[in-house]
Amino acid sequence: MSTTENPTEHGPEGSEKQNGFENPGLPYHRPRRADVDPKADKKAERQVAALFGVSIIGTIVAIGSYMALDMTDEIDSIRFVNMAIGLGIFLAMIGIGLGAIHWAKTLMRDHEMVEERHALRSSDEGREGAIQNLKDGVEDSGLGGVKRRPVLVGSMLTALLAAPLALLWPQIGNMGADWNISNFGHTMWRKGMRLTRDPDGTPIKASDVTIGSAFHVIPEGLNELEHHKIEEKAKAVVLLLRLDPRDLNLQPGREDWSFDGIIAFSKICTHVGCPVALYEQQTHHLLCPCHQSTFDVANGAKVVFGPAKRPLPQLPIAVDDEGYIVAQSDFHEPIGPSYWTRLHDTSDGLHADDDTEGSSH
Amino acid sequence: MGARLDSAAAGTANYIDERTSIGGFVKFFARKLFPDHWSFMLGEIALYSFVVLLLSGVFLTAFFVPSMTIVEYDGPLATMQGVEMSEAFASTLHMSFEVPGGLLMRQIHHWAALLFTAAIVTHMARVFFTGAFRKPRELNWLVGFTLMILSLAAGFSGYSLPDDVLSGNGLRIIEGVTRSIPIVGEYISYWIFGGEFPGEILIPRLFTMHILLVPGLILVLIALHLFLVFLHKHTQYPGGGRTHKNVVGLPLFPVYTAKAGGFFFVVFGIVALVAAIFTINPVWNYGPYDPSPVSAGTQPDWYILFVDGALRLMPGWLFDVIPMEWEIWGYTLSWNLLVPALILPGLFFGFLALYPWIEAWATGDRGEKHVLDRPRNAPVRTGIGVALITFYVVLVMEGSNDIIANLFHLSLNDLTYFFRIGIFVLPALAFWITRRICFGLQRKDRELVLHGKETGRIVRHEHGEYVEVHEPLTDEERWVLIQHDDIAPLEIEPEFNDRGVRRKGYRWDRFKQWLSRIYFEKRISPVTAEELAEAQHEHGHH
Repeated sequence: MSTTENPTEHGPEGSEKQNGFENPGLPYHRPRRADVDPKADKKAERQVAALFGVSIIGTIVAIGSYMALDMTDEIDSIRFVNMAIGLGIFLAMIGIGLGAIHWAKTLMRDHEMVEERHALRSSDEGREGAIQNLKDGVEDSGLGGVKRRPVLVGSMLTALLAAPLALLWPQIGNMGADWNISNFGHTMWRKGMRLTRDPDGTPIKASDVTIGSAFHVIPEGLNELEHHKIEEKAKAVVLLLRLDPRDLNLQPGREDWSFDGIIAFSKICTHVGCPVALYEQQTHHLLCPCHQSTFDVANGAKVVFGPAKRPLPQLPIAVDDEGYIVAQSDFHEPIGPSYWTRLHDTSDGLHADDDTEGSSH
Repeated sequence: MGARLDSAAAGTANYIDERTSIGGFVKFFARKLFPDHWSFMLGEIALYSFVVLLLSGVFLTAFFVPSMTIVEYDGPLATMQGVEMSEAFASTLHMSFEVPGGLLMRQIHHWAALLFTAAIVTHMARVFFTGAFRKPRELNWLVGFTLMILSLAAGFSGYSLPDDVLSGNGLRIIEGVTRSIPIVGEYISYWIFGGEFPGEILIPRLFTMHILLVPGLILVLIALHLFLVFLHKHTQYPGGGRTHKNVVGLPLFPVYTAKAGGFFFVVFGIVALVAAIFTINPVWNYGPYDPSPVSAGTQPDWYILFVDGALRLMPGWLFDVIPMEWEIWGYTLSWNLLVPALILPGLFFGFLALYPWIEAWATGDRGEKHVLDRPRNAPVRTGIGVALITFYVVLVMEGSNDIIANLFHLSLNDLTYFFRIGIFVLPALAFWITRRICFGLQRKDRELVLHGKETGRIVRHEHGEYVEVHEPLTDEERWVLIQHDDIAPLEIEPEFNDRGVRRKGYRWDRFKQWLSRIYFEKRISPVTAEELAEAQHEHGHH
């Protein structure tokens, strides 16, 4: 081998100067204990073998635990079986690893060697040859040179650029289902639809809602939906709260959207769509645990802190003849985070109060 | 080895070589030299945890059902009896509670994923701070950078597969962010989810991405990454006999076969130990995905936390008066989503990807660099690196602000206000302090070279003066402290030539000079041989 190593004398590398100093060359090799003491050598060998032995024991532990231990329905027994197998795998692996490393560090020859590097750049002849070969190919094919064929080149490039569309267009076309993005703009709430408890779907009487309480609400009939149940739930979930009417500042134009201090807001944060699930009764604040947007329920759920910009949409509610809380209509704006065409879904009259049941989906 | 075995081995070798000419490869690879340093193991940890991910992942695919079809749970877990859940979630519970060792494999897989991303980031930091990205390794830096991005994609797609309430909320955040993209966002959201969120197709799509697309790309890029490492030969730390034109180390076979091969088993063993003892992602406590519930204090896996932190940091109203959501000509532009979730990570990662070129413009150096920098000898780079880490850590801490607030009894809102200012101030401060520390260390190095090591031995001269005896450095010790280049700011040609004609490319040169001045205007030069001779001469007078 053309390499040099460091046991005897300083290597020839010292010739390179830096800041006026000579490179001192490779340091002397310092022998390890096992290199000079046969006893230490023997001891290291035994240690390596013992570590490999640990691995073998580990394998036995892992397989033995799998075969011998029974899993019952108790979580503790399941955890114990997994832990026993895991510890076995740990020993099986770490024994091999430490053994091999110990072997390398104590017993394998550790004289550092030197290898020259070569510049990565190809030689000048190599480059010229490459360029000539490419030129010849271009000439031979008519891509360029004397007999250039521009029509061929142009048509080929056009075909190559267009061909992926043959694959991508149908693929992508199918991946977005019906592409009906106007679905973002409305939910399943309709006039007269009862507000029911999440998740069991039992209706809520106004008299059940005491001051200071909060209900997690889904629309009546959600649980019976055959299709798109989760998609509808993801948009329609509502928080129903009752404040002392004296604390509640009704927003202009929404004086009749609440009932005796009972008020309903979309549970989906206007920031990025997490459920706004934490209600602080004392301050009337709703907090989103994901990014901590905070909404003031007493003041139209306007943003008091955090990354959200808009208030939570309010669901207009009333009380029906039997005393149950019902929706007056769908939300008057899209729920959840903002998006490019959000205002289109707000202003096109989709959410007029007389919207009747079953008009969509 | 018996003679029989020897001849069998020779026969096999001959058989294969005659058909593959493998002999040449073996000759080339077997004694290939690798320098030794603990920091070179960071990339290995990433590689080995990826192998652990593949091995444990194959086991998981044998039991996981990538389906969003709703089923009613009917298994041993009492708390989930009769609960409606997707088949994905139900099969996750099944493999955890009814398959012996299944929970262990899930935990090995998850812990290995966390280690994988962590090792990649740490390895990247090592490469950054030692300047290992310099010529000829710029392209390999980009390959590594892409691997880092892919590891995030692999992690996030896998995290979402169990379809639990935590990961489902994570996906909903992704959906909200996607929809905020102007013009096409809503359509991209429909494209990803196959309709409205969450749809019924997402888990199968994520599954394919997680077990085929992303790991396939990672495998290809790892092959390219390692091929380039072999082609370039490994970098080495400065020391006697080490130059930009050689590599000093120990051979691949047997030393690194044993050390690196053994290290794989160590990594696997430690992941197995952690997975055996510490529970991770107990989805049975969270429950299946339901769009309504969410709990406080829940966080994504660590590598996504910085995006969550950025989303928390960005105010919806700047100074309570300027809205961060604009309505222009009937369209909505959500800066409160675009900035933290897309623009900021884009700039951060873009800067990282381009960094080797930025520094090359500043140094103007065109040579191959194979000896690593000591971070102190590149004060601006080291400062930038620490500033980037500080920036990242501020976002991670803001992403955990609820937990910090709870733990230290602080106000959540005050913490956010603090980090909102801190995101601008702290990285700048970190840059300044780090650069100062580097300069200090460089001065200390000069001191050592010029005056030697302190021995703690005080002697009294005849005329009564007390001095401490300094011991000169050995040649090898000194070499490490003076071997680096003294890079001066770029000198550029004037704007006009002597005939008064404006030079092409002058503005670009001006930019590079400006950059170069930032890097090298203020610098501590290494001691030269003349300086040392002068200092020793002066010592002689005492």
